[in-house]
Amino acid sequence: METLSVVDLHKAYGTTAVLAGLTFELRRGECYGLLGPNGAGKTTTLRCALGLTTPDAGTIRLAGLPVPQRAREARARIGIVPQMDNLDPDFTAAENLLVYGRYFGLADAAVRARIPQLLEFAGLTGRADAKIATLSGGMKRRLTLARALVNDPDLLFLDEPTTGLDPQARHLIWERLKQLLAQGKTVLLTTHFMDEAERLCHRLAIMDRGRFIAEGSPREVIAAHIEPEVVEVYGEPGESSAVAWARDEAAQFAARVEVAGETAFCYLTDSHPLLRHLAGQRGLRYLHRPANLEDVFLKLTGRDLRD
Amino acid sequence: MNPFRPPSLSLRFIPVWRRNFLVWRKLAIPSILGNLADPMIYMLGLGYGIGTLLPEVGGVPYMAFLAAGAVCFSTMNSATFEALYSAFSRMQVQKTWDAILNAPVALDDVLLAELVWAASKACLSGAAILAVAAALGLVASPLALWTLPVIFLAGLAFAALGLVMTALAPSYDFFMYYFTLFVTPMTLLSGVFFPVEQLPAAFQAVSAVLPLSHAVQLARPLFSGEVPAQAALHVAVLAGYAVTAFWLALGLARRRLLK
Repeated sequence: METLSVVDLHKAYGTTAVLAGLTFELRRGECYGLLGPNGAGKTTTLRCALGLTTPDAGTIRLAGLPVPQRAREARARIGIVPQMDNLDPDFTAAENLLVYGRYFGLADAAVRARIPQLLEFAGLTGRADAKIATLSGGMKRRLTLARALVNDPDLLFLDEPTTGLDPQARHLIWERLKQLLAQGKTVLLTTHFMDEAERLCHRLAIMDRGRFIAEGSPREVIAAHIEPEVVEVYGEPGESSAVAWARDEAAQFAARVEVAGETAFCYLTDSHPLLRHLAGQRGLRYLHRPANLEDVFLKLTGRDLRD
Repeated sequence: MNPFRPPSLSLRFIPVWRRNFLVWRKLAIPSILGNLADPMIYMLGLGYGIGTLLPEVGGVPYMAFLAAGAVCFSTMNSATFEALYSAFSRMQVQKTWDAILNAPVALDDVLLAELVWAASKACLSGAAILAVAAALGLVASPLALWTLPVIFLAGLAFAALGLVMTALAPSYDFFMYYFTLFVTPMTLLSGVFFPVEQLPAAFQAVSAVLPLSHAVQLARPLFSGEVPAQAALHVAVLAGYAVTAFWLALGLARRRLLK
């Protein structure tokens, strides 16, 4: 089955370009991540792919069909977990699944037969008759995930699936997504949690202002865009300042130094000289760690707030 | 794509209609009582109160005159409330439409489902009043059963007009304008409570283009056991309102939601 391919997608609202020439293709069975700050164009990309927003230019094929021309038919093969929960508050958990199955033209008997297994997957066995208002945030997300599976899709779109969840609930969602990937499903995920992307995604793209600014496996992206090691240096309050140290001394040890607030981030390939130097400094603390996706993300998209 | 292109209608609206029906079924008894109470209070209160002061109105006792008006009034209110407040909740507050649009259902199907659902619900409340009117002996013959298709058609027209407002509304407050500037004046100009002939000529001219007038002019003769004069014209006007307003509502909704 074909998944999703997008070629040279453009979309502007007024004079603001939201998508400025996106091209990407999902491989069968992979988890592909779209990462980017708020307003980068992640959700617009998903909406275009589903035929809910018509792009100004570009070609989209979803499940082998051209979008938006045949988007409605293509959506029959896709499962979607939207950013905001939109479960039906008037229905129980089981009724939500039943009614949603009807939108796919599925017979009630066929959906009813799948409901116990869908609820079990969502960790909601025994909650079939629970009202939506009585479910926790994590339960609602899992029920939304189960709802997205009602048509047994091969391709899943998840728009920030773990935003607002506590760590336990996030880990459970990650576990379920790994199970789905193990079953051979293809997943398109948007997130701004870098640890989520590093854990789940086979490949990912970092987006900003409607363009891809990096694409590849998490390791490839890290290797291509940033030095392998990071030393974060903090001053002891009242004793010394990491900012002053960074200004006067850091350049001789690190290829690149960024100061954010009272912390100096040193990016380097060989950290030994810096660590020896820091060991002799009084009043400075430090943390030495390998570079991660968050470092790349902040390097490429900047540290300024996006609201 | 032009958002005002023609509607593309399909039977896929049925699962969406069933969704609304299932919600209604859970709350059916309070909902029916609510729909019934308001027009019954008008009908009995005004009917007994004013009716005793009046000789016959339009050749029938005032109570019987009012019953046909009350059915149309109730149909209009029921369809309008559903297409405004309930549909707006599903579109804007609960994001029910968003969830449905992620399935293989088009916005055209969702709007059609809302239209038919609001008309169905209006039909239920109109039918309830009709039953009460019949029980009170205010209905002359079984010809009155023809009121049921009339109120369904009127329900479609008022639901379609309501959906236009819903597609435009920034919040629930917006609907107040629709009631005070359109629904309430229309109720007073359409011959629900008194014959339109009582009004000055200018008001009668306005009345002639209002959908509620045409519904009343169909329902009232049917209640007294007569075939309505110019039935085809009244049906055509109501159908015209339904089709035109639905098309407009769909265009506005596409512009709002599929941007």
